[in-house]
Amino acid sequence: MKTIIETNNINKSYGAVTALHDINITVNDGEIFGLIGPDGAGKTSLIRILTTLILPDNGSANVLGLDIINDFKSIRNEIGYMPGRFSLYQDLTVEENLKLFATIFGTTIEENYDLVKPIYSQIESFKNRKAGQLSGGMKQKLALSCALIHKPKLLILDEPTTGVDPVSRKEFWDMLKDLKKAGITILVSTPYMDEASLCDRVALIQGGKILSVSTPQSIIDAFPKKLYSISADNMHKLIIALRNFEFSNTVFTFGETVHYTDRRNSVIQTGEIMKYLQNNDLKEIKINEINAGIEDCFMEMM
Amino acid sequence: MEAPNIVIKVENLTKKFGNFIAVNNISFEVYKGEIFGFLGANGAGKSTAMKMLCGLWLPTSGNAKIAGYDIYKETELIKKKIGYMSQKFSLYEDLTVAENIRFYAGIYGLSNQQIEAKTNELLSKLGIEELRNSLIKSLPLGWKQKLAFSVAIIHDPEIVFLDEPTGGVDPITRRQFWDLIYDASNRGVTVFVTTHYMDEAEYCDRISMMVAGKIEALDKPSILKQNYGVSTMDEVFLKLARG
Amino acid sequence: MKRFWGFVHKEFLHIFRDKRTLIILFGMPIIQILLFGYAITNEVRNANIAILDLSKDAVTNSIINKISSSGYFMIYDNLDNLDEIETVFKTGKVKEVIVFESGFAQKLKSNKKAEIQIITDATDPNTGTTLYFYTSNIIKNYQMEINLVQQPFLNIIPEIQARYNPLLKGVYLFVPGLITIILMLVCAMMTSISLTKEKELGSMEVLLASPMKPFLVIISKVIPYLILSLIISTVILLIGHYNFGVPIRGNLILLYLEITLFIITALSLGILISTKAQTQQVALMVSLAGLMLPTILLSGFIFPIENMPLPLQIIAHINPSTYFMIIVRDIMIKGSGLEFLWQETAILIGITLVLIIASIKNFRIRLQ
Repeated sequence: MKTIIETNNINKSYGAVTALHDINITVNDGEIFGLIGPDGAGKTSLIRILTTLILPDNGSANVLGLDIINDFKSIRNEIGYMPGRFSLYQDLTVEENLKLFATIFGTTIEENYDLVKPIYSQIESFKNRKAGQLSGGMKQKLALSCALIHKPKLLILDEPTTGVDPVSRKEFWDMLKDLKKAGITILVSTPYMDEASLCDRVALIQGGKILSVSTPQSIIDAFPKKLYSISADNMHKLIIALRNFEFSNTVFTFGETVHYTDRRNSVIQTGEIMKYLQNNDLKEIKINEINAGIEDCFMEMM
Repeated sequence: MEAPNIVIKVENLTKKFGNFIAVNNISFEVYKGEIFGFLGANGAGKSTAMKMLCGLWLPTSGNAKIAGYDIYKETELIKKKIGYMSQKFSLYEDLTVAENIRFYAGIYGLSNQQIEAKTNELLSKLGIEELRNSLIKSLPLGWKQKLAFSVAIIHDPEIVFLDEPTGGVDPITRRQFWDLIYDASNRGVTVFVTTHYMDEAEYCDRISMMVAGKIEALDKPSILKQNYGVSTMDEVFLKLARG
Repeated sequence: MKRFWGFVHKEFLHIFRDKRTLIILFGMPIIQILLFGYAITNEVRNANIAILDLSKDAVTNSIINKISSSGYFMIYDNLDNLDEIETVFKTGKVKEVIVFESGFAQKLKSNKKAEIQIITDATDPNTGTTLYFYTSNIIKNYQMEINLVQQPFLNIIPEIQARYNPLLKGVYLFVPGLITIILMLVCAMMTSISLTKEKELGSMEVLLASPMKPFLVIISKVIPYLILSLIISTVILLIGHYNFGVPIRGNLILLYLEITLFIITALSLGILISTKAQTQQVALMVSLAGLMLPTILLSGFIFPIENMPLPLQIIAHINPSTYFMIIVRDIMIKGSGLEFLWQETAILIGITLVLIIASIKNFRIRLQ
């Protein structure tokens, strides 16, 4: 399997703040690699280092077999990059934006139309509208088209779905899957834990450190404790009661249920918890053992 | 449910921008102490509706009463009764924690004594007394958001409006943030919240779903899921938003 | 090359889509030139003057009456001897002193000529000139009146003395000065703002991560402003020449070459600012405080450099605007050629080279 991105002990600090600490990841050819973590975890710093926009304090990295420091010009020719902050020119029309990016990369819209067609055709009817007047979802499609116009082998996306509603997010991930089929390797960062399952492999990142790199499934399989989903008639009371339970380890809300782990490693008696909750005036109590999700794992590792 | 106290009453509220109808004839009620989720796709009209309810924009037509006050004539009174926090702007980065609290409390006319008491109460509740004189920009995002929420309710408003309060926050802090919301709601503060996290939608007592300027669904999360025959709010959202 | 022109095209689109800025860019020079042309140079009303009448006869009396009834002057003080002139100027209350020599009527009658001395406070050269111009006109009119009935002609000779700024620099200085200010504003301020705007928007990130050579990004941003500046300079020259009769005596090609040189100076200043400033606001503040103020105040445009304290004189001498203003003024008004201006031109080229090297050195091919 060919390696597309490889980093060796990358470190980056801004003054006293360590943004990245000994980062080691590899991204393989043709995969969707997710960089998953909250704001301030170091996602953007890592992505900017890989796109040659900033230099690491120490450590090295290769992108498409090219060194990020010495070969930065070649890397800039080969990658498609969509930064987190919206980067289109608001006062230019849809078509002018796309044309501009084609020109910057020394190509034309026509030359590489097949790659962007599935995405661009969705907004082509608005091609004379100014980018600033597009809806969020359409802007995203245009920005993606612009990042793809020179047929990059590697697409790097910094938080493309942040602040985007679930429908547009789903559409966006569908587009990424199609691009993967077209043979493009994708590195994407996101603060949404649920998007991990859409990646082939993920790196969980927090406080400048990589918590884990693996397939989403093996991260889930490695969850060290038994996890219970508990629900009752009154959520707030349930949380307080569980937190006060003498054996409780973690109590986290998950939608309409609470995810609970116990401090005891041995198999626990759900009946005991049930009784405790009933004594706390809770009704309609349901307790089920469940498989962990990426978010459970992330919180476990934090 | 016992006869609920209505704190937000919206009737046929409409807002047009030229030919574009951003909010199309929406009506709903929000009860005291309720956590009301206000959901919808980007551009569905959520922000516009919220701005009208906060008294920032006048509607084109329709009526609404916030905390008993009319949104046409009594916006100044409304502003005293509500708190507002958005993800985009919350606290001044170049002021300290205490200075921010003093500033916001001052806006709402709290006396110096009240401000002092409130500041102490707030800091001890969040467990950050030692950060009193730290600049906001030195705090992690999660802390900022929790602090911003506490500041938004420092004047004991009847209703607090939260515009995507937890965007980008780590999963643990996000849950701590919701603890604060539950806590406020238990004290009788009505919470009106928008979010893109569908699991957070489940935490709400009731949610409304806006699609293209209209409210397409409004109920308890469990009932919505039942009605659409799905198991998660994510699926409800997809079904509704895609039409 | 295609990349480059594609980018230049985009810059023009930005400029033309932003109608408000465009109106300001073109409207401001026109409004300023009209302001300078009409309001500042001509509009002197009820200026305080002092009279030193050493003769006190019928002729001097009627001249004084003419002056005081003209509407332009208020007689603030009547002086008794020459020593009081300095004192009355020092109080700052008086802009002009008119001195009639002793035995004025007598001399006029016997010698057929008499002298009036007009002393102006020329620290503000424009006002000083205008006052002098008005006074001598009133005297000329009076002379014509009496000469209608009087043969042979009587001659009243006004002698002027411009105190504090004897050469009366600044007579036509407002057109060269205005060109300098506008070029500074358009080139340095607009370039630095438009470059930092790309940083703020985040589009700089995409451009840097693209094969577009970073320096080309800058050059192509600068070209539209160069063209725009040349057009604006032409507009100012045309209005100055046709509306206010400011002469253009020198070589027009030389004038435009010098203007282009100064545009490049200002553009490199703008680029230098943008390499340091991260936000449009900072760029704006630095351009205003660091460029506009020296251009207006420390270039000899408003205050003569000779009268400045030494530290300010030093600043004025490293200020490129100072040299450019001399060049433009001399080409336009004196009709000087390069043989007289090579020194100023050489200094300006030198400053420009330093600025270009500094901005290349400071330019980052990365985000920080």
